[in-house]
Amino acid sequence: MADVIALTYEISPDDFTRAGEASSDVKSKLKQVGVSPAAIRKVAIAMYEGEINMVIHAEGGKITVEISPTEIKMILADKGPGIPDIDRAMQAGWSTAPDEVRSLGFGAGMGLPNMKKYTDEMNIETTLGVGTTITMIVKL
Amino acid sequence: MDKFYHSVRLDPSLCKGCINCIKRCPTQAIRVRDGKAQINAKFCIDCGECIRICPHHAKIATYDKVETIRQYEYAVALPAPSLYSQFNNLDDVNIVLNALKLMGFDDVFEVSAAAEIVSEATRRYISEHQDQVPIISTACSSVVRLIRVRFPNLIPHMLPLNPPIEVAAGLAVEKALKETGLPREKIGIFFISPCPSKVTYVKSPLGTEKSQVDHVLAIKDVYPQLLSHMKAVGTDPEELSTSGKIGISWGRSGGEASGLFSENYLAADGIENVIRVLEDLEDEKFDNLQFVELNACNGGCVGGVLTVENPYVAEVKLKRLRKYMPVARSHMEEGTESYVPWTTGVQFEPVFRLGENMMESFSRLERVERLCKKLPGLDCGSCGAPTCKALAEDIVRGDASERDCVYYLRDNLHKLSQEVAILADDLAERESENRDKGRMSALKEYIQMISEEMAILDSKVKDENVTAEDEN
Repeated sequence: MADVIALTYEISPDDFTRAGEASSDVKSKLKQVGVSPAAIRKVAIAMYEGEINMVIHAEGGKITVEISPTEIKMILADKGPGIPDIDRAMQAGWSTAPDEVRSLGFGAGMGLPNMKKYTDEMNIETTLGVGTTITMIVKL
Repeated sequence: MDKFYHSVRLDPSLCKGCINCIKRCPTQAIRVRDGKAQINAKFCIDCGECIRICPHHAKIATYDKVETIRQYEYAVALPAPSLYSQFNNLDDVNIVLNALKLMGFDDVFEVSAAAEIVSEATRRYISEHQDQVPIISTACSSVVRLIRVRFPNLIPHMLPLNPPIEVAAGLAVEKALKETGLPREKIGIFFISPCPSKVTYVKSPLGTEKSQVDHVLAIKDVYPQLLSHMKAVGTDPEELSTSGKIGISWGRSGGEASGLFSENYLAADGIENVIRVLEDLEDEKFDNLQFVELNACNGGCVGGVLTVENPYVAEVKLKRLRKYMPVARSHMEEGTESYVPWTTGVQFEPVFRLGENMMESFSRLERVERLCKKLPGLDCGSCGAPTCKALAEDIVRGDASERDCVYYLRDNLHKLSQEVAILADDLAERESENRDKGRMSALKEYIQMISEEMAILDSKVKDENVTAEDEN
């Protein structure tokens, strides 16, 4: 038996109707494993925020979720514009989302703060013009 | 009572083993095994979708016969608000209530009257429990059952108040005891129901230990009898109604929420829509929401499988009927309050877990992932499971085998026949040199394996033909 179950999801750009599909799938799998409802809640919220970010800012990307008996690791990799000022992006309410996205009810500036809030570890690697990889861990 | 009691059942004699119900079931609770549908009691939430879809009427709802009324010295009818929406040109609820008495009931107690009390209690509960918003309605028992097995994070958001049917039953019992002086067992409380989900509620309630409803009758059974009695009621019926707009509105989607006098609510109907809203609620996608009303049936209770009228026509009729009614006629009084709150909690039932413990579930999930890559991903239903993923889950639970997949079986046959062909070529080439007994017996083994696999495939094809013939 392998120690880790890896799930991968392609996130398509500009498709809000599909944002949330990946987090929903992960959620149902975690329920099947019997992960505590509290941990499932954290993973679902953090991953959904990440998915939406990838749709709004990064023209999609790839999410890898590694489920092990001790932790859930989410790796969100995109080839978007990169984050120029991480400190600012981490502030609640700060957003660079365009108006048309805000008119859909997104872009409230809570994405990254919520991802940090609902995970036990979060690491951002970003290079302007190259892309961003965010790694989040929820301990079980 | 069994916590997984069900009112939705299968009549095996009518079941053809087709895949309509397995595809429609929102909790993937049905499998076709040995040519017949089987309902997994742990997954089923008694929503009745399979009753709606089954072309052979093999899915049935259990409820009581109208004649049961005669078993009691004093019988009280609790009409659901959706009952009033079944009749053409009805402008006075009292006609229906008086007809119920002509039908054999000694008294009536409107569920819509109790609904007004529940609306009042809900308004109070929401204002006192702002830390729990959004509060999720618990009036639809299929929704409560769904949350219990699938949305553990939402259990704390459930409105811990009894549904109107239970409050009505409690008040009706109290009234009947007082007025007749009879012992409780001689009094029969009959709910006239739009759905099988309420039958399940009465037999195995959630939130209360025991329901005060004794029997559940189907609207579709009561309807034809009522029609003839309604004509006999005449133009000036006795005033029996004790409910107004708020109570009557509970019969349709959005009605319960509108009784809360707040704009910040969401009302979803239809089980698939309900699941989508619950998923989003779980991900905390909604802001500023006070209340969430959810009804498993399209249109709300008017869309229940035990009703006779088209749900959207019924909704219009209900709207017309409400028009000249007062806002509400029943209020919380001293003494009624005790019937409203839940007396027991609802526990999460993790029925969808793959194994007994986390390690077992973990390794089973890993196997499911591997199997899903191997299976064709067509979700054809031929194996009896609704999707390839569901089959993979059945396999790791030990309830099915890879060979149940006809595509898997066919690929196996191809592989085997190729190997036989190679072996046969090889043998023919060497035949002149020396006779190799080992190769010959290997060939025989292969042929044996192929005929075994063929037999399985043949039996599957035969089953399908039998079904097709029956339908023609």
